[in-house]
Amino acid sequence: MSTAHPAALAHQFESLEQQKESATLGMWLFLAQEILFFGGLFMAYLLYRWRDPQAFAAGSHELDITLGLINTVILIASSLTMALAVHSAQLSRTKALVRWLVATGVLGTAFLVIKYFEYSAKWEHHLVPGPGFHFPEAAIGGRAEIFFSLYFAMTGMHALHMVVGLGLLGWLLVPAMKGKFNAEYHNPIECFGLYWHFVDIVWIFLFPLLYLIGRHYHGAT
Amino acid sequence: MNFKIPFVPEQASTMARDVDHLTFFLVAMSTFFTVLVAVMVVVFALRYRRRSADQVGSSFDNSSLLEITWTVIPLLIVLFTFVWGAKVFFRLYRPPADAVQYYVTGKQWMWKTQHPTGQREINELHVPLGQPTKLLMTSEDVIHSFFIPAFRTKADVLPGRYTTIWFTPTKTGRFHLFCTEYCGAEHSRMIGWIHVLEPDEYQRWLASVPVQTSPAIEGAQLFAQLACDSCHRDGSDARGPALHGLFGREVQLADGRRVRADESYLRESILSPGAKVVAGYQPVMPSFRGQVSEENVLALIDYMKSLTAGESAAAGLAEGAAP
Amino acid sequence: MSAEATVPEVKPNYLTADHGLKSWLLTLDHKRIGLLYLLGVSFFFLLGGIFAMLIRLELLTPAGDMVQPDTYNRLFTMHGVMMIFFFLIPAIPGILGNFLIPIQIGAKDLAFPKLNLLSWYLFMAGGLATFGAIVTGGLDTGWTFYTPYSSTFSTTAVIPVGLGIFVNGFSGILTGLNFMVTIHRMRAPGMTWFRLPLFVWSHYATSLIQVLGTPVLAITLVLLVLERAFHIGVFDPTRGGDPVLFQHLFWFYSHPAVYIMILPSMAVISELIAAFSRKRIFGYHFVAFSSIAIAVLGFLVWGHHLFVSSQSVYAGTVFSLLTMLVAIPSAVKVFNWSFTLYQGAVSLHTPMLYALGFIGLFMIGGLTGVFLGTLGFDVHVHDTYFVVAHFHYVMVGGTIMGYLGGLHFWWPKITGRMYSEFWSRMSALLVFVGFNLTFFPQFLLGYMGMPRRYHAYPEEWQVLNVLSTAGASVLALGFLLPVAYFFWSLKFGAVAGRNPWGARGLEWETDSPPPTLNFDQAPVVDHEAYNYADDAATPGMKPLSAH
Repeated sequence: MSTAHPAALAHQFESLEQQKESATLGMWLFLAQEILFFGGLFMAYLLYRWRDPQAFAAGSHELDITLGLINTVILIASSLTMALAVHSAQLSRTKALVRWLVATGVLGTAFLVIKYFEYSAKWEHHLVPGPGFHFPEAAIGGRAEIFFSLYFAMTGMHALHMVVGLGLLGWLLVPAMKGKFNAEYHNPIECFGLYWHFVDIVWIFLFPLLYLIGRHYHGAT
Repeated sequence: MNFKIPFVPEQASTMARDVDHLTFFLVAMSTFFTVLVAVMVVVFALRYRRRSADQVGSSFDNSSLLEITWTVIPLLIVLFTFVWGAKVFFRLYRPPADAVQYYVTGKQWMWKTQHPTGQREINELHVPLGQPTKLLMTSEDVIHSFFIPAFRTKADVLPGRYTTIWFTPTKTGRFHLFCTEYCGAEHSRMIGWIHVLEPDEYQRWLASVPVQTSPAIEGAQLFAQLACDSCHRDGSDARGPALHGLFGREVQLADGRRVRADESYLRESILSPGAKVVAGYQPVMPSFRGQVSEENVLALIDYMKSLTAGESAAAGLAEGAAP
Repeated sequence: MSAEATVPEVKPNYLTADHGLKSWLLTLDHKRIGLLYLLGVSFFFLLGGIFAMLIRLELLTPAGDMVQPDTYNRLFTMHGVMMIFFFLIPAIPGILGNFLIPIQIGAKDLAFPKLNLLSWYLFMAGGLATFGAIVTGGLDTGWTFYTPYSSTFSTTAVIPVGLGIFVNGFSGILTGLNFMVTIHRMRAPGMTWFRLPLFVWSHYATSLIQVLGTPVLAITLVLLVLERAFHIGVFDPTRGGDPVLFQHLFWFYSHPAVYIMILPSMAVISELIAAFSRKRIFGYHFVAFSSIAIAVLGFLVWGHHLFVSSQSVYAGTVFSLLTMLVAIPSAVKVFNWSFTLYQGAVSLHTPMLYALGFIGLFMIGGLTGVFLGTLGFDVHVHDTYFVVAHFHYVMVGGTIMGYLGGLHFWWPKITGRMYSEFWSRMSALLVFVGFNLTFFPQFLLGYMGMPRRYHAYPEEWQVLNVLSTAGASVLALGFLLPVAYFFWSLKFGAVAGRNPWGARGLEWETDSPPPTLNFDQAPVVDHEAYNYADDAATPGMKPLSAH
């Protein structure tokens, strides 16, 4: 083995640069498949909204726009802290890196807590699809069920990605605290950052499609 | 062309011959290319077989002329095929205006059919020779598919919507009917027969089958039973739109859209009345989902159609329906 | 001759570098992982094959008297699920792709070896979960899972099998991702894109589909499982859902999946034709780009599965036109392969027999694809045995011929041993004859109107069904024979040496079996792929008479 073999370099690569490029490309490809994964849900959303726009507007009215807005702000803020974490890693600032990672984790957790309260409110109002579903507006009735199915499927899949993200974040925190990441090697932080921004962007699409569409429909019928 | 071509099912509808001609073209075209490539491969493999262990091939490994040839020629052929196929397809799925409508309901695992005159059959359908015949089909449970090989036509039969096929029989006799969309345990027993009869024989057959009511009269009875007429009546104070002359017309909806009042629209308006509310009316109609079967819905639609067919006929039907 | 003197002669290779079960189950070596795939894929192929034989036995008689209808429905469903998700999709990329891609581009391994091992475990977990579901009651929805039958009506193990396929999907996505990154970033110095063997190009196209198509299947299965478990209504017409949406989402993946199955086989065929004609593939660039064209067009044609499903006639027309276009890159490939033989130095070793067989069978499979893309024709044969015959011509005639051809071609590289040429030619012959006897009658049955997934059928169709079953027995024999002589070769086969076929490509420049890091010295590439003509005594047009 050559003597100039850095500890962070895996055996299959020739250089750290090659390793970094590979990891980044791999992450982008992974995100491309994530887009297609959510794409299936967006396709279903498009189809059903086109078929019954009133039911979607009415369903949208039942969502808590305040909590949705707070969550949007939280996620955008967490993207900022994540970007700062990557920046700190690039500058070998271990303490700042740990601080920004923790901040990102706290914001992500706050999002999930708020989401939990939203979900339980839907449960109490009988807006969870299934035999117990009951929509307050009689003229819409069961037609709104599909909207809520998609609401739960889409936000649920998004929340699942948040949970996975928080798990990964916890897993990265240990080497980060040990100072493993520096200007020369910070691949995992950068790739995780890409993932985190992606999950945020999905929410940026979900928020208007689910929470805001009903606003201009108000009183249409 | 009366001799029997092997492996080609009987041609018993006006469309069968058209489809078979397309088939013969496809078979001839692909036989030509398969033989061409096979001959090329065999001749080259023999002519240029390796004669010594260290022999290698030539450096002749590209030719723009050849590449263009075997890109453009197949392209022209498949485009020609596409156009031919699309023409046949449009004829297969566009029933003539004078087609007589029959009803088909699929359920695990039987076909229920009904004649416009009310006769019902199970796993069988009698039709007269030479009559353009249209089937309006729906399913009570899973997806089925209605396939008559001798007529070269089929369409999936779906729960929650209507599909149609049509044919004009050109031969009397008994023809296979198959379900071709996998539908569960007894899928391969969901089969039956289409009987094509001479027109006068068909009339005799119709007369021999006891019939309680025609679908339109049954629909009129349901209309009264379900008290539809308390809202859907003429007069400016009616809470629901009047149904005379509705079928086939464009309807202006409350949310600004316009839809054609076809079978699917009428069905949706019975089962999900709030989805497409007519302009000028309130969404007050309750859903009849679960209260009426698919066959009931078909009867109601047939009644509404009869209201469009002519005021006098409708009046007659309504009188006949009165208890 | 002392014992010490012989020690340096025995160079460790990837098989002997490490010993014990653990060294295999935790290996990060792409070649060993390829062999792990061989093990898993062969097991699932055997299961799928047993189901197939039981189906053919039942159809020997028209009455449907061997098994109960619901048993029969389970048989064809499990045959489809096993063969498609656990044999056809992973076979060539998992075994040959894994083994060869790093070597062919001159790399030490794939970009992400741990991910590669994880892919194998996900594949096995998905496969065994599915197998478990068979043992505990089976599945009867057909491999297509059409709603609302699968979501509301079936009483079988839809959720376990759905999850098994979901997990296996991740294996495919990760493998595709790994291949793409490897091909982009791990090529040896001098290995430019247009010096890559076509095997690599085709696998790149396959990976593209794996990465972009599989997630759509994943979300579709998630929705199906949610529908079944919680009745969320998206596919249930009684709750306002649309069962046809399922078909759109399903085929958005599953039609490209056909190309996931056939492109790796085309990858193999390009290598075989070049090696046994000792000639550069005719129209290299056209063959390379036709793979990409197939992958891209493949995403735009799913609607041709819905010509009779109440889709609008206009949508049908568009999908038919796009389907026709897929025929073009396929035709370009076939013509280029055939023309490679021209002025070649052709030998008919077993792998070449498979390659030539592939061309013939794929022609029929591909052209009947044009039949089915033709709207007016499809209506009649949709969901009949014509379709069954067509996709078996593509998948068995195409994919399996390529798989067996590739396995025979690289067997000496993988194991270092030669198998019996006589018996392998016999097996190639049996496969070819048995295959045609099994599936050609099904075209005729389909045109006469025999619907697929039928447990009983009218008596007039028995003769052709008997022929088909007879063919299946011959085919089974053809598949079992290689098992015997491959095992035999491991112990008794002649030592292969580096390059038994006199072929070109980096894999033939290293030992058989290769060392763990593939090459003793990192290769540098300074020539095009398949540079046979460089060796000709007289360069140019006349090397044939040179010897």
